[in-house]
Amino acid sequence: MLSEIRRNPLLILFFILGMVIVGYIIAALSHMLYSQLVLHPGEFIAVIKDPVVLQSIWLTLYTSFIGTVIAVILGIPLAYILARYDFHGKDIIEAIVDIPIIIPHTVAGIALFSLLMKRGAVGTAFSKLGIVFQDNMWGIVMAMFFVSCPFFVGTAREGFKSVNPNLERVARTLGASQWESFYQIALPLTFRHIFSGAIMSWARGISEFGAIIILAYYPMIASTLILARFNTNGLQGSQPIAVLLIMVCFVTFVVLRLISKRGAKR
Amino acid sequence: MIHVENVSNNWGEFSLKDISLNIKEDEYFIILGPTGAGKTLLLEIIAGLHFPKEGKVLIKGNDVTFLNPENRGLGFVYQDFALFPHLNVKKNIEYGLKLRKVAEDEREKKISELVNLLKIKHLLSRDVTTLSGGEKQKVALARALAINPKIILMDEPFSALDENTKSKLISDMKDLHSKGGITFVHVTHSQEEAILLADRIGIMMGGTIVQVGTPDDIFYKPITKEIARFVKIENIWEGKVKEKNQDEMTIDVNGKKVVALPDHFKVGDEVRLIIRPEDILLGKGNTSARNEFKGKVLSVVKHGFYYVVRINCGFEVEAAVTKQSIENLGIKEGKDINIFFKATALQVIKR
Repeated sequence: MLSEIRRNPLLILFFILGMVIVGYIIAALSHMLYSQLVLHPGEFIAVIKDPVVLQSIWLTLYTSFIGTVIAVILGIPLAYILARYDFHGKDIIEAIVDIPIIIPHTVAGIALFSLLMKRGAVGTAFSKLGIVFQDNMWGIVMAMFFVSCPFFVGTAREGFKSVNPNLERVARTLGASQWESFYQIALPLTFRHIFSGAIMSWARGISEFGAIIILAYYPMIASTLILARFNTNGLQGSQPIAVLLIMVCFVTFVVLRLISKRGAKR
Repeated sequence: MIHVENVSNNWGEFSLKDISLNIKEDEYFIILGPTGAGKTLLLEIIAGLHFPKEGKVLIKGNDVTFLNPENRGLGFVYQDFALFPHLNVKKNIEYGLKLRKVAEDEREKKISELVNLLKIKHLLSRDVTTLSGGEKQKVALARALAINPKIILMDEPFSALDENTKSKLISDMKDLHSKGGITFVHVTHSQEEAILLADRIGIMMGGTIVQVGTPDDIFYKPITKEIARFVKIENIWEGKVKEKNQDEMTIDVNGKKVVALPDHFKVGDEVRLIIRPEDILLGKGNTSARNEFKGKVLSVVKHGFYYVVRINCGFEVEAAVTKQSIENLGIKEGKDINIFFKATALQVIKR
């Protein structure tokens, strides 16, 4: 590889330009980690022991997890249909599914708020069932689900597309029902895509903020808490939480990537 | 065994038009046609993987038109093998048996029978993605055979294989068919496969079956100009019936008199004459052929192990000859030469 680079000036240029991106990300994160962990470790340790902070991080992780579970359950059938069948209006449905990616988060928040607030069209119906979204954990889940489902559906759809449809057809002729050919053939062969789609969806949920503060400022997820502490205590108060959040996310995703890779090897 | 009755379907690019077909028990039936003729769609309709818009499919007299594929008990083999990549060879073969809840010792017995038959015992624990094309196709065949199907449907089964592997598999298929008990329906665009394997051939063009017959019927007696072209016959001459008696009829082709066997045609009918290039003989005379014409060689083109010679003798004739004949007769462009062909070798069709 190295000898190839030396003889290829274009590759050298591309490498340098590419490294700007990587360097930018590393610089932002490492500077924060360095200043926190090395220069001000005391504040960081205090944060680790703060039950409010831990509670908010835990809330972030598990609301996003629930949002992802919903995305997986509802997204697999949609992804399968989009991958396998052509029909009128398919382009429109694909475009609709991608809308949450392109609209600003606060816009998503406003839209969800008007739909799900206590007096909203859907919010009213659900409040009769005892489920409240406005300033409630379920509001966080619904906001996270909204912004993250396109990532899951997109990845799962590519997964199903990569499975040769003749495999399911042969399974049918061998005696498999539609359901059996789906869960014995298509689903296991798409496992890796589904898993990585779920990871992306979960990560996207954790990173959501704009839509959540509009629909459910309370209970506070980590990002909301960081903003609240920043507004009252500045960088000193918010950075340690940010560092802790990054570390938790980073470790979790590395572990999940490893599991997904091992799953693919099997 | 399989009756297809007036099946029509429309799937955007591919449409089937009023297809009727009668495939007999134990027959090796080949559906032959150019790419895009709708062959795969027809096969998948027989398998139940698609349902036709109109018409019926009967298997052993039972109407199965809308029966799900899992309840038909047919084996299916695809061109791309369609082996389950997450299962090893053995698990691929036993997939259908497990769905049928066959007991483990029964399964083992069946698998060992099949791997001995197809000589793939050494592959059993292999990952299917590591197999060669020929091995994959044998595994796909074993998997289809495992469920004891009375019918095996094959979609271009040899098209993804190299020549040597293909000829070996073709002889394996012949052995398998000669054992009896299985009706084969094999879709291909390869005339070679059709000649080597078929009991009967159905020619499919433009979404419909245009001729059904034995390989001799198809390759020597095509019933339309298009089929003749598809089976590589360039000798298609237009003419008019001039005279007819009990023994022969004379057809005027560009002012020349060509003699053919008397058919249902009348004097004055406009006809086409079709003859295979292999049935045209070149030389100096002394044959029993009823047709003899003087001509001039237009071109000589090498075609693998034989030569195609084009001759103008009032109408254009294409003859397939061996290298030896070319040398013995000194055939080259511009040379005068006589051509002969038998009246019995001519296929006469309506224009």
